[in-house]
Amino acid sequence: MAATAQTEQQVRDVTEQKYKYGFVTDIEMETAPKGLNEDIVRFISAKKEDPEWLLEWRLKAFRHWLTMPEPEWAKVAFPPINYQDAHYYASPKNKEKPKSLDEVDPELLKTYEKLGIPLKEQEVLAGVEGAATVAVDAVFDSVSVATTFKKKLQEVGVIFCSISEAIKEHPDLVKQYMGSVVPYTDNKHATLNSAVFTDGSFVYIPPGVRCPMELSTYFRINAENTGQFERTLIIADKGSYVSYLEGCTAPMRDENQLHAAVVELIALDDAEIKYSTVQNWYPGDENGVGGIYNFVTKRGACRGVNSKISWTQVETGSAITWKYPSCILQGDNSVGEFYSIAITNNLQQADTGTKMIHIGKNTRSKIISKGISAGRSNQTYRGLVKMTPRASGSRNFTQCDSLLVGDQCGAHTVPYIESKNASAVVEHEATTSKISDDQLFYLRQRGLSAEDAIALVVNGFCREVLQQLPMEFAVEAQKLVGISLEGSVG
Amino acid sequence: MGQTPMLEIKDLHATVDGKAILNGLTLTINPGEVHAIMGPNGSGKSTLSYVLTGREGYDVTSGEVLYECESILGLEPEERAAKGIFLAFQYPVEIPGVTNTTFLKEAMNAVLKHRGEDTMDAMEFMKFLRAKTKELGIAEDMIKRSVNVGFSGGEKKRNEVLQMAVLEPKLAILDETDSGLDIDALKTVSNGVNALRSPERSMLVITHYQRLLDYIVPDYVHVLANGSIKQSGGKELALELEKNGYASFTEAA
Repeated sequence: MAATAQTEQQVRDVTEQKYKYGFVTDIEMETAPKGLNEDIVRFISAKKEDPEWLLEWRLKAFRHWLTMPEPEWAKVAFPPINYQDAHYYASPKNKEKPKSLDEVDPELLKTYEKLGIPLKEQEVLAGVEGAATVAVDAVFDSVSVATTFKKKLQEVGVIFCSISEAIKEHPDLVKQYMGSVVPYTDNKHATLNSAVFTDGSFVYIPPGVRCPMELSTYFRINAENTGQFERTLIIADKGSYVSYLEGCTAPMRDENQLHAAVVELIALDDAEIKYSTVQNWYPGDENGVGGIYNFVTKRGACRGVNSKISWTQVETGSAITWKYPSCILQGDNSVGEFYSIAITNNLQQADTGTKMIHIGKNTRSKIISKGISAGRSNQTYRGLVKMTPRASGSRNFTQCDSLLVGDQCGAHTVPYIESKNASAVVEHEATTSKISDDQLFYLRQRGLSAEDAIALVVNGFCREVLQQLPMEFAVEAQKLVGISLEGSVG
Repeated sequence: MGQTPMLEIKDLHATVDGKAILNGLTLTINPGEVHAIMGPNGSGKSTLSYVLTGREGYDVTSGEVLYECESILGLEPEERAAKGIFLAFQYPVEIPGVTNTTFLKEAMNAVLKHRGEDTMDAMEFMKFLRAKTKELGIAEDMIKRSVNVGFSGGEKKRNEVLQMAVLEPKLAILDETDSGLDIDALKTVSNGVNALRSPERSMLVITHYQRLLDYIVPDYVHVLANGSIKQSGGKELALELEKNGYASFTEAA
């Protein structure tokens, strides 16, 4: 077949050129050499056995990426990223892994313990060598669970697989929708992702189907290490519904510092997508050393009339978070929601918020953002509410609340409002408060430790958002809120 | 009296922001006794309650506080709470978004854990809490609301009594429980407190006015002025004070 020949040719090109540049490599190699250039993009594409159109797309993205400046408008500070000093493809089995839990950061293990995670599962999370295959069975019983899930999903025609698999099995859907919400030219990080993404999730819900269960990355087979450039595409066809859970409350370790994921959601007529995230990547030590840079582009398009997309996020991890899950409300009467809890402690930085772009008539959006800063951390809510001339009768309500713990942290709110339609209504409320000594003493007088007291106050502060999370996530997230703020008092 | 005292305060001196507030306060409370402390504004009443419960910023410069024969001055507020010391606040604090039920369960379990006892699960605790609200005649919706948020003055004080009933302290300190209450609310709250009187439980009732002591009848009354006890007596002392005011005590200092 032409495609196969093409691939072989690419592989040959790659290997030969590698040699030219002094790399000793061949297609059997599981890790790409350090650096980023067209050859690396071709190498990844060959490894993933991409169809030709996808290789072209990746290359276009890469070439565009070279022309783009670093986005510098966010209120985060870090040294320039050396893109040439990283591997862009590594097969999971070839990654350097700790041999046992003894080699894992004891701080991380302490956190696992507090979350009540069993030993076997801790090994998986910490990426201990050889743990994945054994432990996944033992812990989640995932083979049987996943099989049951797959069967149930098949019965109703839901497609839930890795994006690599989707590219092979459902190329038409992928081709039609990938890049249609976040184009490869979108922003520096998303463009890089488009060039070098290695895996991620794909979901398609057929017309009229209510997905019978919450879909979670946790249960996806092949979920083992989707890499630093994850790509997710979710399509809810007419009249369908899906709730998708991403992430995990346990802190995930990763050797890759830069994470630049892209998530695209598409809701057609009368469809609804609920996307919940708990992000707890390694934030670095108390001086911020070794933490993850989480530069994510998440965007949903309410393409159909009466469609709805709801983002809920609990962001507690990463050294730097740069993330604005957004909704493009194209269909008339469509609804966008953004519920967010962001917690920063020590030296963490987070610049997060949302964009609600009202295009259709009578579209509605709601933004509830709860930011908690502790330690010496800095946090910014950055949001855009845009009412285009067509968006008659549309409404937005925004509530941004910031809570400060201690006196060395910062909270900033940067809301942009653009209204080009006189009949549109935009409301914005914002508060900033501190946990008072009165509250802490009151709770401690009733027997709570200082840390438990803070956790309780913060959980109360976040309640509106926590309530949006699916049950099993909510309970874990509550625990996480407390753990994230440890060490933030006296 | 031949029994072990619940609380012994010996020549206690304390400062707030470097200013001396308590100047040699001495007081002994035995199990089952209800003591009232009366005094004018600024006499050190609230400072006494905060020093006993370990609030930051209230510094003991000399003297001793023994609770069940052990010094508690080095203990954290939560450790004192776990040992059975409870303060009913003059101004109960609002905790938005946290239901009374959650708050009480967390507090209860924290105390149980401190004591090395088994904690209660949600079901068990609900049953226990419902029984307590019923005993005190408290409406059930109160335990579903956020802690003190939007509560009337009376509701806030009743909530303090409910917390006391749940945590079952050995020593309850009531700081101006009568402030901000109309006469009906005062009666209800007092009834709640009286229901919790027992031979094992001591109470220290701090108040400006004699009125509260018509309902919570003390065994002893002490006059606090300028940071020390100026006079002690039975419940009739309160009536005297009502008539003559505190002037003679403050002038004496």
